[in-house]
Amino acid sequence: MSPEDPKPVTRAAKLLGGLVALRAAVRALRDRTPRPPEPMPESDIDPSQRTVPANRRAETLVAGLLLVAGVFGFAFTVLYIVLSGNTQLLGIALGGALCLLAAACIVAGLLVVPQETHVEDRGVLLDEEQTEEVVTMIEEGGEGISRRVLLIGAGGVAGAGLVTAAVTPLASLGPTLNSLHRQPWVRGVRLVDDTGRPYSVDDIHEGAFYTALPEHGDPDSFGSGLLVVRLPDEFLHLPADRRAWAPEGILAYSKICPHAGCAISLYRYPTYEPTSQIPAFTCPCHYSTFLPGEGGRLIFGPAGRALPQLPLMIDSDRHLRAAGPFPGDIGPSWWGVRREPA
Amino acid sequence: MRWLTRRSRVPAVLRLTLAVILGAVAVVGIAAPSSSGQTPSPRVPGGAVNESNPATKSPEPPGPGDPTRSFPDSPALRAQGFNLYQAGCSSCHGIALQGTPGVAPSLRGVGAGPVDFYLSTGRMPLEQPRVQPQRNTPLYNRGKIDALIAFINSFGGPPAPTADAAKGDLGLGFHLFTLDCAGCHQSLARGGITVNAQVPDLQSATPQEIAEAVRMGPYLMPHFDATQIDQHQLDSLARYILWTRQPANLGGWGLYNIGPIPEGMVAWFIGLAALVLVARLIGERMDERV
Repeated sequence: MSPEDPKPVTRAAKLLGGLVALRAAVRALRDRTPRPPEPMPESDIDPSQRTVPANRRAETLVAGLLLVAGVFGFAFTVLYIVLSGNTQLLGIALGGALCLLAAACIVAGLLVVPQETHVEDRGVLLDEEQTEEVVTMIEEGGEGISRRVLLIGAGGVAGAGLVTAAVTPLASLGPTLNSLHRQPWVRGVRLVDDTGRPYSVDDIHEGAFYTALPEHGDPDSFGSGLLVVRLPDEFLHLPADRRAWAPEGILAYSKICPHAGCAISLYRYPTYEPTSQIPAFTCPCHYSTFLPGEGGRLIFGPAGRALPQLPLMIDSDRHLRAAGPFPGDIGPSWWGVRREPA
Repeated sequence: MRWLTRRSRVPAVLRLTLAVILGAVAVVGIAAPSSSGQTPSPRVPGGAVNESNPATKSPEPPGPGDPTRSFPDSPALRAQGFNLYQAGCSSCHGIALQGTPGVAPSLRGVGAGPVDFYLSTGRMPLEQPRVQPQRNTPLYNRGKIDALIAFINSFGGPPAPTADAAKGDLGLGFHLFTLDCAGCHQSLARGGITVNAQVPDLQSATPQEIAEAVRMGPYLMPHFDATQIDQHQLDSLARYILWTRQPANLGGWGLYNIGPIPEGMVAWFIGLAALVLVARLIGERMDERV
């Protein structure tokens, strides 16, 4: 906390002091002798009162409301598929369905089912006799309803509409299973910067880091973003089968952290290695730290596996190209991906 | 000290087991090699070390045609700088700027920028060679810094970059800062941590220091060349960083702009406590009714 701005703390302290003083004053003023308990008002309701309505118009109204609620519910699904971007219309459809359902319940509760005033004594929980009574009471609830099938049908339509509307958004959860394994990198794809300019070998300097995308690829695709760095020999300790992946010491890794899918944006590179640290990528979300010189090995943090490395090659124009796809899946570890080498 | 001397209620067998387990853990912890990923430097100390002992990362030059900062230079100034260097720097960086293997890098060819940056922010001289250089009260005044720059610059190196915040674009600076700097330095330049290093806040950085830091990458920071961050972008970054000294708070208690976690803590611990207190003040305890 910087010393030049103590005002908020003082203000908070003053406020607290004021509140304590106020409390003391209220306590002192208030009459603290306990008041005698007021007698409970006697109930003037006859507990045995029960009226059975026979209101055909109300039944029609309820059925109508339920049917329209169902239509709104299905409309949500249709709008979701046809105009998936329009959240205003989606909200109107879902909200309308719920409002109409509520209106149908209110009308049914007031005008369709039998009205009964009942004073309930508190008794034993889950008493068998009482449970049976409740079952009979619910069964008697249908008394006086003339168009039972219509109402049940309309209720079914409303329920089906709403359940469909509730299930539809599951389609938005994550990519489809196939697209998890899809990646824009194949042998020969050029590495370009965010303006589409291809990276040349001489653009990549030691001690700096670069973000690269596939030429003509979808930049929003999960596997597109790359981290590109150049390391001198003293920091290069790649596994034997990856020696050819780093021409002239240039390495490319997926920019997506294999822990939670954040974009890795921290690169440390020592000014003088003997007194500080070796080069590393760090994810800003949970500080998973990977060594670019050792095939993306994880040395710190919660990620479940190494950072996926992309093999590189240099073409005759000295431009950087992918020498092949990523050896495994990119992105967060899930199910079996964690066990596979990246 | 009763807690230390009284008889334990834990059975002796259980205590013995626990002691054996803890002892084993301690032995393994001490004996096992460190797994922190600090692979030892491949260089052999004293043996095949490069005579010049260069820095691992050399500063990027300003782009062609970009403005540079020139420092005063004269034979008298170089002589004064030589004397200051002998007294204050040579024990680590070597009499002839060649550095000391494993302790300090060579300063040959670094140019004026890094010298100006490290000395005018008080990061050098260091008390111990292995600690992270941090902003401090400068040991040398401007005249002595100029003398040291004149001496070290006489060994060659790129010219020092510079930045002019007045020529920058605040919006562009904000955009670039969030892209390239905020990951470590926090979006309002309040600093933070990376693994094994502390990231400085930039509240007292001047445009000159910002330009020098961007081009050379002090300590563990990567450096940025003129194709990554051009002069206009550098000016814009400087303008944005100066703006973060007095950022526009959208009302309320800014909490020094250190981010959402302290804001949430204030909401939970101060706001919630205040609500409970108010509820306690205005509420009334119900009398027991039968």
